[in-house]
Amino acid sequence: MAKYDFEIPKLKEYPEVPELVDGTMDHMETFRAKPEFQEALGFKGELGENWKEDAIEAMGDLLGKYRSLQVYLDSCVKCGACTDKCHYYLGTKDPKNMPVARQDLLRKVYRRYFTFAGKFFPKLVGATDLTEEILDDWYNYYHQCSQCRRCSVFCPYGIDTAEISMAAREIMDRIGLGDKYSNEIIGKVFKIGNNLGLPEPALADTLEGLEEDVLDETGVEVKYPLDMKGAEILLVTPSADFFAEPHVDGLIGYGKVFHEAGVTWTLSSKASEAANFGMFIGSYENMRKISLRIREAAIELGVKRIVFGECGHAWRVAYSFLNTLAGPFDFLDPNYPVPQHILEFTYGELQKGTLNIDKSENDHMVLTYHDSCNVARATRMGDKPGGQFEIPRAVIKAVCNNFVDMAPETIRGTTFCCGGGGGLLTDDLMEVRVKGAMPRMEALKNVIEEHGVTNMAAICAICKSQFTKVLPFYGMDMDMIVSVHQLVSNAIILTGQVSEDDEDGADED
Amino acid sequence: MPIEVDGKSLEVDEEGYLANLNDWVPGVAEVMSKEDDLELTDEHWDIINFLREYYEEYQIAPAVRVLTKAVGKRMGKDKGNSKYLYGLFPYGPGKQACRYAGLPKPTGCV
Repeated sequence: MAKYDFEIPKLKEYPEVPELVDGTMDHMETFRAKPEFQEALGFKGELGENWKEDAIEAMGDLLGKYRSLQVYLDSCVKCGACTDKCHYYLGTKDPKNMPVARQDLLRKVYRRYFTFAGKFFPKLVGATDLTEEILDDWYNYYHQCSQCRRCSVFCPYGIDTAEISMAAREIMDRIGLGDKYSNEIIGKVFKIGNNLGLPEPALADTLEGLEEDVLDETGVEVKYPLDMKGAEILLVTPSADFFAEPHVDGLIGYGKVFHEAGVTWTLSSKASEAANFGMFIGSYENMRKISLRIREAAIELGVKRIVFGECGHAWRVAYSFLNTLAGPFDFLDPNYPVPQHILEFTYGELQKGTLNIDKSENDHMVLTYHDSCNVARATRMGDKPGGQFEIPRAVIKAVCNNFVDMAPETIRGTTFCCGGGGGLLTDDLMEVRVKGAMPRMEALKNVIEEHGVTNMAAICAICKSQFTKVLPFYGMDMDMIVSVHQLVSNAIILTGQVSEDDEDGADED
Repeated sequence: MPIEVDGKSLEVDEEGYLANLNDWVPGVAEVMSKEDDLELTDEHWDIINFLREYYEEYQIAPAVRVLTKAVGKRMGKDKGNSKYLYGLFPYGPGKQACRYAGLPKPTGCV
């Protein structure tokens, strides 16, 4: 672990609401995007002289476009139900990380410039002028929100802090104050096709390597095709699946499932990324442009179905917005969900009985499952309510003998964010990432102690990378985090697979 | 904030990665590792050199699996895993080793 100079929260047996400590996180300012990153996304390069007027104008524009934003800014009654629901508040004790306070950073400026009372009696209604100090607060604290929407579950008015935080980031982007992490990455998607900046030859080389590995391990030629025209399925998956661990073990699993299901599939070098950081920065234009790559790739390759790999926010964009962003998808086969989640696909195959599973291959593990925030609270899977909770668990239980859930208030609809979502997965925000992971770490530690859990499975690239990084801060092993399709991959016996026992036997002969 | 290498001042970004990849000389890795209190051994250099070769060909750092496989082939199967790489580069082979090798930082959900 590299040197970090902050206190790591102590994990407790029961969650405790911390006493407020003012300003613990006001030093946390993520790197700003350089003008070139800003301009590539259609934003102003840097703050101009008239940044205040620009910001008010941008706010007015968003209020006109998104009725929800105005409703959220108007309707808070300060009941306090949200205050102790945010993992960043619980982990940092900073009152500005309470959802209501985070919203108020924007609300008080909204009131000043857009409401009658705020224009004429600002002090009476908590309205304030937009100042540099407030802009700093916006920048620092709207980049300490992972847009996980746990607070909105508890809000009696359903105020969605994520939408407010997205709007705030969009306003800042427009006036020339964007964050480096998200905006540099979106630029790479436009230029190269994915968040990593992985060019087509490197992608092809990586996939070839996977084919070799699977052949070595199983004796079966499982293909990981790229740009194969006429394939039935286009798989759109986060580029971390090509690059990082345990992500790649999940990708190996998707390939094995497709192979056994007997369908043809392909990845695309054009749409070699499921992630859509346009959502994190609240930019409809960028979100749309990123989504259109998927449409173009699907048309060029002539596929009939689109399946998404394990990526949390990508599934939100896909499930909730893809049709209006990049539709209509009338050229796809209407007999299948448009788009479909890889877990729905695998679940379907498990039910049909096409996969030969040996659960004992995962007997060295006791699993628990981390519900990713965007999947849990913004999407669904399958055709039944709650499918986004049940299908991942059903798949895990179908391939593993040992499964235990974490405490009920920390999973499913009330799941705690991993601490790195919403465009915060950058090293310069490590303090907020580590502290924000505290509630999840606490719940995990409890099932480790009570039930002997050894591993936690997830279906989001950000969650997987975040846990790999933060687990060691809490004294746990980075390898604890696994992909759900890694478990599937372990348990599948491919048709014609040479088992290790057979090989040993052959050696003896 | 530039770094001093072999008497020359080289530009680095906020996170300590070389601003111009062509500026790289072996001294860059020496200077950066010294700042991290890490002593570079031949084993570190094997990784750094591999990263540079791979980057030259593909314009990107190798995937973790590509790297571990290559290390396993060159240095023995027991070393072809990320535990070994993290042992050498505690801050992560993808990021720390890339920085020493003068490669840009891998971005995205990694």
